[in-house]
Amino acid sequence: MPDVISCRNLRKYYSGVKAVDGLDLSVENGECFGLLGPNGAGKTTTIEILEGLTSPDSGDVEILGLTWRKNERQLRERIGISLQETQLTEKLTVFETLRLFRSFYRSGADPEDLLRDLSLDEKHDARVGKLSGGQRQRLAVACALVGNPDVLFLDEPTTGLDPQSRLQLWDIVQRFRQKGGTVLLTTHYMEEAQRLCDRVAIVDHGHLIALGTPADLIAKLQARNVIEFTSEPRLEQEAVQAIDGCAGVTAHRDGWQIRVHSLAEAVPQLIGAVERQGAKLVSLSTHEATLEDLFVSLTGRELRDA
Amino acid sequence: MPEKTRIRPPIIELASTRTKEFLREKEAMFWVFGFPLILALALGFAFREKPPDRVPIAVVAGPNAQQRLAALRKSSTLLPRVMNEQEARDALRRGKVSLLIAESAESAGSDTIVYRFDATRPDALSARQAADDALQTAAGRRDVVVSREERVHEQGARYIDFLIPGLLGMNLMGTGMWSMGFTIANARMKKLLKRLVATPMRKTDYLMAMFLSRLIWLIVEISVLVAFGWIVFGVRVNGSIVVLALLCIVGGYAFSGIGLLTASRAKSIEAVSGLMNLIMMPMWLCSGVFFSYERFPDSVKPFIRILPLTLLNDALRAVINDAAGIPQIAFQLGILAVWGIVTFVIGLKIFRWQ
Ligand SMILES: Nc1ncnc2c1ncn2[C@@H]1O[C@H](COP(=O)(O)OP(=O)(O)OP(=O)(O)O)[C@@H](O)[C@H]1O
Ligand SMILES: [Mg+2]
Repeated sequence: MPDVISCRNLRKYYSGVKAVDGLDLSVENGECFGLLGPNGAGKTTTIEILEGLTSPDSGDVEILGLTWRKNERQLRERIGISLQETQLTEKLTVFETLRLFRSFYRSGADPEDLLRDLSLDEKHDARVGKLSGGQRQRLAVACALVGNPDVLFLDEPTTGLDPQSRLQLWDIVQRFRQKGGTVLLTTHYMEEAQRLCDRVAIVDHGHLIALGTPADLIAKLQARNVIEFTSEPRLEQEAVQAIDGCAGVTAHRDGWQIRVHSLAEAVPQLIGAVERQGAKLVSLSTHEATLEDLFVSLTGRELRDA
Repeated sequence: MPEKTRIRPPIIELASTRTKEFLREKEAMFWVFGFPLILALALGFAFREKPPDRVPIAVVAGPNAQQRLAALRKSSTLLPRVMNEQEARDALRRGKVSLLIAESAESAGSDTIVYRFDATRPDALSARQAADDALQTAAGRRDVVVSREERVHEQGARYIDFLIPGLLGMNLMGTGMWSMGFTIANARMKKLLKRLVATPMRKTDYLMAMFLSRLIWLIVEISVLVAFGWIVFGVRVNGSIVVLALLCIVGGYAFSGIGLLTASRAKSIEAVSGLMNLIMMPMWLCSGVFFSYERFPDSVKPFIRILPLTLLNDALRAVINDAAGIPQIAFQLGILAVWGIVTFVIGLKIFRWQ
């Protein structure tokens, strides 16, 4: 089975910025693939090159075995797109908007059915300008789905949404996949990637820095657990590194984040170290390592506010 | 199972959503319909035909003053008043009266009348003539040739007859350019254009739909303005309505083409507004909307004549006032069509979808 999406050696430079710098990706049929990275990593540039909206400086793109240069119209019929920022016409109603988009495709879903599937039927006759952020995003995804695409491209589908709206969108993506669809999405929410994606590519400065299933990537971290703590006064970095089993230390808010193999070993040691320094523990929390921690360990920066 | 939604061709969907969008935009409705009507109403009343004002003149108080006053009152163009000598001289000096009628000082007792006036004042000479006629007739002069007056008040020659076609032209320019320019720049800025080209939509469908929905508004817009001029000011369309409609559509589309070109690359509403004003300003000033461009020097008139708004205004006036047919406005129609087609083609070529 050939890849549904593949690109080789993709490059796109803007004056002074290497937005995409030699990227190879391939997405299999039926897969949900996540493109993860901080702001300015090149996610949007990459996905828009794949969508045939931006032309790369160099590199080849193939979608469903077709190329943008030769098969643009055919491809447009078979993919669905939600851009990072599109403001649909505010004065039109939800239904009018969806019916308009439906008219562009030779075949596709019935707008009424789609609105019901996406729980937008209550807003059938509401103006787009009066929708909440979550409803607007669902309408954007509805416009992407209305042509019954084989491949769905979503650029930051849940950024800025409340947890409930986010769950609703994840549900929509999962139902699309159950019907055999392939998805490429970008996000800077690790949780989203972990929940939705079969494989993720972590990009930074237009480079691929890690690729694999979420579980594999996390397994690459030698330490599976993360402790975040603050103390008064703050400990020296050397004192933290000296703790047995400490695999990495990063500054975190007013305190430290350390990655360890075993919590049972590390926590008592940490408390001992704090006492030895004559300091007082202010807060301490632990969690299992996530993709976020992988990003931190790879780049030394945090993902969200990098 | 509920009824399946009927899906119409994209060009129809695009045109109908575009029309609905416009209908729901109250400000746009005002600028297309409200503003030109208010402007026409205001200007129409300011310049409406009034019976000519009577010219105020002074009769210096004296023995014959009352008799003269009675004679002068018979003239339909004079407004005589009796004043004493000093008052009358002051009134003349200040321009409150145009003519002063006195008795001759040196030949006291005789009936010599003295007309005192400033010959550079345009109404003074006619006032003098009218006053003299009235006084001579009263004194017993008989006209040797019989004469009769025929007042002309021809529909088609009044200022409002000049103005309404000019306003129609100006409105077609404004709405034609704005409806294209604003919509396109706005859709580009909101990434709506980018979203649309990410679908299988044909790019020409999008632009053709804009032209199609424009046609609907164009017809409504023309009907409203022409009907308004006709009903309120009696500005009749002397030529054929069909020719007028054809001219308005060609003219309207010429400006849509120019609007498309103007907005073909602009990335913001501000940029497009600036460009539009830059293009429309010379035409507001030169194309004879409010006043004839005949006063411009002969050397620039050929350029003024091929500006799209001048072409449209000239042809509109020819059809509305002078009942011109297609042959008489063929030149204007032709050049307008060239403007529309050339700007549309260039605009489409350099169009930026993102
Ligand atoms: N049209 C453009 N002109 C110039 N620079 C651009 C352009 N588009 C993107 N860039 C730059 O390329 C880099 C990558 O941008 P891109 O939008 O792909 O990042 P991103 O990963 O999508 O970020 P975000 O999470 O903020 O959406 C950024 O530094 C950006 O400033
Ligand atoms: Mg982005």
